[in-house]
Amino acid sequence: MINFMEFAFYIAAAVAVISTFLAITRLVAVHALLYLIVSLLAVAVVFYTMGAPLVAALEVIIYAGAIVVLFVFVVMMLNLGTQAREEERQWLAGDAWIGPVILSAFLLLEVIYLIVRVGPYINMGGIADPKQVGIALYGPYLVGVELSSMLLLGALVGACHLGRPAPRNKEVRG
Amino acid sequence: MLELLWLVPAIPFASALLLAVLRFSRKAVAWIAVGSIAASSIVSLLVTVSYLLAPPATNSYTQVLWRWFDVGGLHPDIALYLDPLSLIMVAVVAFVSFLIHLYSTEFMIKDEGYARFFAYMNLFVASMLTLLLADNLLLLYLGWEGVGLCSYLLIGFWYRDAENGLAGRKAFIVTRVGDTALVIGLFLLFYELGTLNIQELMQRASQHWPIGSAAATTAALLLLGGAVGKSAQLPLQTWLPDAMAGPTPVSALIHAATMVTAGVYLIARTHILFSLAPQAQFAIAVIGAATLLMAGFSALTQWDLKRVLAYSTISQIGYMFLALGVGAWPAAIFHFMTHAFFKALLFLGAGIVIQSLGEEHNIFRMGGLRKQLPIAFWTFLIAGLSLAGLPLVTAGAFSKDWILWGALSATHGSAALWAVALVGVLLTSLYTFRMIFLVFFGQAQAKVTRRPGNAMYIPCLVLALLSIVAGYVQGPFARFLDTVLPWNAGVIHAAPITEITSEGIAALVFLLGAYVAYILFLRKPAYAVMLGSSSAGGALHRFWLSDWGMDWLYDRLFVRPLVWLAQVNKNDFIDAFYAGVARINEIAWSVLSRTETGKLRWYAAGIAAGSIVFIAVVLFL
Amino acid sequence: MTAIPMSHGLILGGVLFALGLAGLLMRRNLLFILISLEIMLNGAGVAFVAAGSRWGQPDGQIMFLFILAAAAAEVSVGLALLLRFYRLHNSLDADSTSEMRGR
Repeated sequence: MINFMEFAFYIAAAVAVISTFLAITRLVAVHALLYLIVSLLAVAVVFYTMGAPLVAALEVIIYAGAIVVLFVFVVMMLNLGTQAREEERQWLAGDAWIGPVILSAFLLLEVIYLIVRVGPYINMGGIADPKQVGIALYGPYLVGVELSSMLLLGALVGACHLGRPAPRNKEVRG
Repeated sequence: MLELLWLVPAIPFASALLLAVLRFSRKAVAWIAVGSIAASSIVSLLVTVSYLLAPPATNSYTQVLWRWFDVGGLHPDIALYLDPLSLIMVAVVAFVSFLIHLYSTEFMIKDEGYARFFAYMNLFVASMLTLLLADNLLLLYLGWEGVGLCSYLLIGFWYRDAENGLAGRKAFIVTRVGDTALVIGLFLLFYELGTLNIQELMQRASQHWPIGSAAATTAALLLLGGAVGKSAQLPLQTWLPDAMAGPTPVSALIHAATMVTAGVYLIARTHILFSLAPQAQFAIAVIGAATLLMAGFSALTQWDLKRVLAYSTISQIGYMFLALGVGAWPAAIFHFMTHAFFKALLFLGAGIVIQSLGEEHNIFRMGGLRKQLPIAFWTFLIAGLSLAGLPLVTAGAFSKDWILWGALSATHGSAALWAVALVGVLLTSLYTFRMIFLVFFGQAQAKVTRRPGNAMYIPCLVLALLSIVAGYVQGPFARFLDTVLPWNAGVIHAAPITEITSEGIAALVFLLGAYVAYILFLRKPAYAVMLGSSSAGGALHRFWLSDWGMDWLYDRLFVRPLVWLAQVNKNDFIDAFYAGVARINEIAWSVLSRTETGKLRWYAAGIAAGSIVFIAVVLFL
Repeated sequence: MTAIPMSHGLILGGVLFALGLAGLLMRRNLLFILISLEIMLNGAGVAFVAAGSRWGQPDGQIMFLFILAAAAAEVSVGLALLLRFYRLHNSLDADSTSEMRGR
């Protein structure tokens, strides 16, 4: 009898890969974002099967729920319209994708080789529940937490500054 | 006092260095330059006096300064050797240089290269004095090269005009041919005899080499080659007329009084070697005789005042070579001394004339200057008479008569050589008086725009005096030199006529030449024009004017093939190699610069590709 | 107990990363480039969590947390820059500018 978790892992992994593939090949930004959300949800399931319920939840809440929403906001602000679709079609035409695909394929093959050659692996599945994560965060990784908060502050300030409306009579400098 | 000898070349060296390195005002430059030569002259005078009052035991004084190097059995010293020969030559060179420097302070006053000029001149004097005082042939060669360098620098002094640079290069290259022969001669001498110290060399040569041996003759001929180059004799005389492109004081000092006599000095110094090689000595006489004739004919046709004097110099040095060739060594040196005085004076006078007329060189456009430049006229006349040989009064007559007598009666003399020398006297008289009549007599055609000052007149007056009285010391001169340069090292040839008769005939020839020149150029110039415009006359005139076609010959024989060769080899493979290296770099640049597109995705792809390669290297290598 | 070898988890991370890279290099629209960037970060996170799960320790998840924080920061600044870019050039074409060329 196959374990339910393994089953879930493989199905969710397949869904994630397929939806990611679809996400990068769409012509309309919103479509891509939707596929991305699907991919993130699938990855959340993967995390759960690996015994990491906290990051599974965080993946959904923060990644799919905040970051992708940010993307959606920006797409709405840009208000690109239908000619964007035609543009994309042109840009993706022909051999625009041969080179990237080959490069990525090579890189992937190398990485898989690196992973596989090390030998038989121990199985995953050690559950590390939120309590353990919380204790680790407040303990050994305290400095990391502080640093990431400073990082977020920096990003906040930067985004505020960059998002200001352009001055009327001066040259806009990014 | 003799220990001060080293100061004689050292002071001009030091002042040349000073003038080259530091900046001074014009006045300071003049004082330093002339002062250094004056100091050198004074020291040489002191040395002369102390030598005369208390001659050293071996009739020579050697001052060793330091050992130059010691390699493979060759250990030349920087050493100065003083004996009657070098004493006389140093005294003359130092004094005449001093006068010419004095003259130049005013002559070159308007030139922007004032300090450079005097630096070069001082360096020249220093090199010449080193050459004269050298104890061994290597040090002599050092001075030899030094004077060659300074000659080149000073001929091309006004370098902005390409012609002057060309003249300088020609001088350097032609004398280079002679220098190469000299160096090979030095190699041979060292190889055979094991030393380059002149005195030891002469001793060993006379011990080891029998008279007429091949080694002696070869070495002598090679040294002769060097002398021929430096002294502008046949066949290497083509550079001297073009060397007149330099400033007149340069022509006076280097190409009349001093450098061109370096060859004469070399042969006189090593005369023992030449005595061992009679064929070489005969060659000297033949070269001297041929040159004095050729140059005499060429001087007759020149229209540029300085070129007349240049050919005259070549001709007079031919006389010195003739004297050396027949064995009349002291006569050659005596003629050198008188020639230094009157030829330098002729050049200085020519400089005054040229500058006063606003750089006019063509004697056919001058005339009547004896009223406008009287001092220049009288000094020039005295020098010209000395050159042509006015008997009893002028020094040149004494020295020339001595040479004529030697050509007839000395060990290797003969009537033929004497006759050639006599024809030379006729030619000399002719072209000298032609020059004087055309420049100073007749109708005035050009106006005098600038008058020289005292600094230019005083040297002329002093030299004029010397051109007269220097002849009277002939007797003491011969006795003084006797220890070093004996007259007639062997049997005195029984001459068909006495010395007085020879002198008388020379005087008559002199007057004949003067009279013919008077007729042709003063009384009836139409005759000269008629002679020149006849077909034979015209052809001869052009032939002599072009130095007997030698420039044309050398151009066809040597210059053109070399230039053609250089052109053919313009893109040779070595150049192609270097150009190829540059080209490869260019190609690499153009290829690599295409990777700098500025596009974001391109750079990201670059990172991806790089990481692939990196991981592959780590995995598989 | 699950019996998924760690290599499978790592390979999943690798595949997601490669897909994100392909998308980054393939697309000209800046927005898509940023999306691909997120995909890549996500893939790296999967690898970390897989490794942490193998040991049964929370370190992998903590690493993923930090990656998340960095991704959030980067996205906000990146999108602000994207808006600036759009205002300046009125297009989102990444190939339209080559000011990085330096000449």
